[in-house]
Amino acid sequence: MIPVLLIVIPLLTGLAAFFFRSERAVRVWVLFSSLLTLGVSLSGICLLNDDKWLSFQADWLPGLNSSFSVKLDGMGQLLCLLNAIAYPLIFIATWNSNYKKPGNFFALMLLGQAGMMGVFLAMDALVFYFFWELALIPMYFLCSQWGGEKRIAVTFKFFIYTFIGSLLMLVGILIVQSKTPDHSFAITSFYNAELSYKQQDLVFWLFFAAFAVKMPIFPFHTWQPDTYEQAPTATTMVLSGVMVKMGVFGLIRWLLPVVPVAAYLRGDLVSTLAIIGMIYASLIAIKQNDLKRLVAYSSIAHIGLMCVAIFVEHKSAMQGVMIQMFNHGINIIGLWIVVEWIERQFGTRKISDLGGIAVKAPALAILLMVVALANIALPLTNAFPGEFLMFNGIYSSTFTKWYLWFTVFAGICIILAAVYMLNMIRKVFFGEPSLLTGSVAVYDIKPHEKFALGTIVVLIFWMGVYPQALLGMTNEITDFILKEANISHLLKK
Amino acid sequence: MNALVLSAVLGVVMMFSGIVLKSKMAVRNLAIAGLVILLLVNILEMCGTVFFTIDAHGMLSFDSFGLLFNSIAFLSTLIYLFLSARDMEKVGVNYAEYFALIFFILCGITLTSSFKSLLILFLGIEIISIPLYILTGSDKRNLKSNEASLKYFLLGAFSTGLMLMGIALIYGAKGTFDMSGINSVNNGAPSTLLVAGMILLLFSMSFKASVVPFHFWTPDVYDGAPTVFTSFMATIVKAAVFIAFIRLFDEAFGELRSQWQLLVAVLTAATLFIGNITAVFQQSVKRMLAYSSIAQAGFMMLSLYAMNADAKEGLLLYTAAYSLATIGIFAVLIKMKDYTFDGFNGFARSQPLLAATTTIFLLSLAGIPLTAGFLSKFYMLKAALGTGKYLWLVIFAVLMAAVSVYYYFRVIQAMYFKEGETPAMEIRPAFKWALVILAALVILLGIFPNLIITWYYF
Repeated sequence: MIPVLLIVIPLLTGLAAFFFRSERAVRVWVLFSSLLTLGVSLSGICLLNDDKWLSFQADWLPGLNSSFSVKLDGMGQLLCLLNAIAYPLIFIATWNSNYKKPGNFFALMLLGQAGMMGVFLAMDALVFYFFWELALIPMYFLCSQWGGEKRIAVTFKFFIYTFIGSLLMLVGILIVQSKTPDHSFAITSFYNAELSYKQQDLVFWLFFAAFAVKMPIFPFHTWQPDTYEQAPTATTMVLSGVMVKMGVFGLIRWLLPVVPVAAYLRGDLVSTLAIIGMIYASLIAIKQNDLKRLVAYSSIAHIGLMCVAIFVEHKSAMQGVMIQMFNHGINIIGLWIVVEWIERQFGTRKISDLGGIAVKAPALAILLMVVALANIALPLTNAFPGEFLMFNGIYSSTFTKWYLWFTVFAGICIILAAVYMLNMIRKVFFGEPSLLTGSVAVYDIKPHEKFALGTIVVLIFWMGVYPQALLGMTNEITDFILKEANISHLLKK
Repeated sequence: MNALVLSAVLGVVMMFSGIVLKSKMAVRNLAIAGLVILLLVNILEMCGTVFFTIDAHGMLSFDSFGLLFNSIAFLSTLIYLFLSARDMEKVGVNYAEYFALIFFILCGITLTSSFKSLLILFLGIEIISIPLYILTGSDKRNLKSNEASLKYFLLGAFSTGLMLMGIALIYGAKGTFDMSGINSVNNGAPSTLLVAGMILLLFSMSFKASVVPFHFWTPDVYDGAPTVFTSFMATIVKAAVFIAFIRLFDEAFGELRSQWQLLVAVLTAATLFIGNITAVFQQSVKRMLAYSSIAQAGFMMLSLYAMNADAKEGLLLYTAAYSLATIGIFAVLIKMKDYTFDGFNGFARSQPLLAATTTIFLLSLAGIPLTAGFLSKFYMLKAALGTGKYLWLVIFAVLMAAVSVYYYFRVIQAMYFKEGETPAMEIRPAFKWALVILAALVILLGIFPNLIITWYYF
C-alpha cells in the first residue's frame, strides 16, 4: 500500500494545486503534501516495513502480460526517501521566490515528484517506462515556462535528448520482453531473459542510451549545464538532486542484472567514458565563471564516479553508489539554495562580480562551508563514506583489469573538486567585497532558508558519522543485484 | 449488416431533410441523432443482435475486427459532429447535403471493414472516395478548394484504375474475387499475374492511405479542402483505408508474405522519413497536420508489415487514438483565424482550456505515455519486433517518432511559452465540454487500452 500512496499523494495533490488561485494557499498546500509524502516514506522504512505494506500488484494490461506492480525495496526506500526529503526542503528554501501562475508551477513540481516516485518503485518494465517519461513532461513545462532567457531552445534540446534515449530504451524493453520465458514485463522475468551475447550487446546500448543521457555521461552531457542554468532554481534542484539519480538507478536495477554479459564486456568502455567526463567536467568547472554552471559541471563529475563504481561490480562500490546517490542529492540541493540566494540578492551569478559576502552573511557562509566540504567528501561529512566505499570497491575489483587507472584518475578528480569548490568559496565569500557586493544592502539568510540549510547540514553530519542506517537499508538489495549480475560461472567455462 | 443498411438509409434521409427541414439546427440534430442510432445498432450487432440478414454470397463478413472498427469510426464521427458540425455552416449553403455525404462515406467504411471479395473492396473504396471529392470542393468560391478537388479527383481516378487493373490480373491468375480463394496455396512459385496484381493493389491502396511515394496529393488536398472536412478526411477515412489495407493483405495475400514484406518495410520507412522530415519545415499548422498524417500513416504501416495478433489489436487502438486526437486539434484549428504557428502565440493565456486540451492531443500524437498515442505506438513497435526481422525498421521508427516531437511541440511552445495576442473568439460552453470529454477519452484509452481491445475478442 505504501508505494501506491507515495505515487498517489503527490499526483492527486498536484492535480488539485492547478486550481489554487492564491499563492500563499498553494504554497501551504504543496508543503503539506510533500510533508505527507515524507511521512509515508519514513513510515515505509521504520514502521510498516513488512512485505504486505511494501508491495502492491494489480492487473493492468493482461493481454501484454504487464501488471501495475510496485514495490519498496532497499534501493527504492533510499531513493524515495531522497525524493521525499528533497521536496519539502526545496519548497521551504524557495518560499520567497515569486512565480507567475504559482498554482501551475507547484502542481507541475508535484506531478514530477509522482513520476519519479513511480520510476523508483516500478517492478514492471512497462510501468517503469511509463513513469520514466511522465517524470520528464512536467520538467519540460517547468523549465520552458519559468526558466531564464534562452529557456525554450535549451529545454527543448534537453527534452529531445532524453526522449530519443527513452524511445531507444523502449525498443530494448520490447526485445528483452520477447525473450523472457513467459513473455512478461515483470522485472523477475526480465532477470531471467534468455538473450544471446549479441542480443545482450544490442539491448545494453539501447538501455544505456536512455540512462547515459539522464545521468549524464560524457559525451551525452551537453544538455545538462544549459538546462541547469536556464531552469528556475527550484526545478534545477529537482533535476540535479533527484532526477539524475534516475539514470544511475536505471543502470543498477534495469541494466546490470538484465544484460550481465554485455555489462561485463562493455563495462570498461563505459567506465572510460565516465572517467573522461569526470576530468573534462572538473577542468571546465575550474575555469567556470557562472555559479550555476560550476555546480552543474561538478555534478557531472560526481555522477561519473558513480558510473565507474557501478561497472566494477564490487559490493562495497555498489553500496557506495547507493548511499552516494542519497548524499549527492542532499548536498547539491544545499549548493543550489546558496546559489539562488546569491542570485536573488545581487542579481548576478558571475563569480568575478562577487566577493566578500561572508562579512555580510556570516550564517550563510558557515552553512555553505559545511555543504561545500561535504561536496568534496571531507571525512565526517556524508559524501566521505560513499566515496571511500566507491574507491575501495574500484581498487579491489576483480571485474576489470584497469582498476588501478580508474582509481588514479578518479582520485585526481577529487583533488580537482577541492580546487574548484574552495576556489569558488574564496572568490565569492572571502576577500574584499567587490563593487557590486559592497554597494548592495544585503540581508543574511532568512529563518526559512536557515532551516533548510540547517537540516541539510544535520543530515550531512549524521550520514557522515553514522552511515550505518543507509548501509543497512541497501545491504540486501546490493547482494541481490550483484548476484543477478554475476557472470563468473560463465567465465570459467 | 445493421450499420451498412442503416447508414445508407440515413444518407438518403439526410439528403431530403434539407428540403423538409428549414432550420439548420434541426438538420444538425437529426444527423447527430441518426449517428447515435447508427452507433447503437452497430454495438448491438457486436453483442449479437442482428436486425437484417441478407445473403451476400460470402462477399461480406461482419467479424469482430470490422465491427469494432465501425464502432470506433462512428464514435469518432459523432465527436467530430459535436465539435465541428456548426462550422460546416460557413462552408456553403448545402448544409444537409454535407451530412448526407458523410453518411454515405460511413456506408463505404462499413463495406471496407467487412469485405470478403475484391469487388466489395472496390465498391467500398469508391463509395468513400466520390463523396470526398465533392466535400473537398465544397467551398465553391474558393479557388484552392476547387484545385484540391480536381487534383484529388484526377489522381484518385488514376489509382482506382490501378486497383481495377490489379483486381483483373488477380482474377486472371486465380479465377476468383474471393479473398480466401486467392490466398489458397498452390505448390511452387506464385504466378507472375498474381504477384503483379498484388503489387498494383498495394500501390493503389498506398495511394489512398497516402503512403510515400504516393502521397503527393495529400498536403495539397488537405490544405485546400475546407478545414472541417480535412478533419474528417485525415482521420476517420484514413483509418478506414488502413483497416481495408490490413484486411486485404492479411486475408488475400497472407501466403505471399515473403513477396511483399520487404517492399512494405521500405514503403514504411520512406513514409516515416518523408512525413516527419517534411512536417518539420512547415509554417502552417494545417499543412503540418497534413504531413503529420503521412507520418502517422507510416506508423500504421508497421502493422501491415508485421501482420500478427499484436498488429491487429494495435491498429484498432491506433486508429482510435489517432482519429480522436487529430479531430480535437482540427476542431480547435477551425476556430483560429491564423493557421500559422505564430497564430498560436499566447493562446494559453486567452483560452486556457482549449490550450490544455490541445496539448493533450498533441502529446498523444507525439506518443507520450498516459495518452492513447503512446500505447498505440507501443503496440506497433511490439508487433514489428514480433516478426523477428528488420530491426533497423523499428529503430528507424522510434527515431522518427523523436523527430515528430519537434513539430508537435512547436505548437505547445507557441501556445504556452511565447507572447502574443490571439484575436478574441466566441467559444460555446458545449464545445469546451466536448473537448474536455475527448481529452479525457484520450487519457482513459492511454491507461486502459483494454476498453477497446477486449471488444476485439468479444
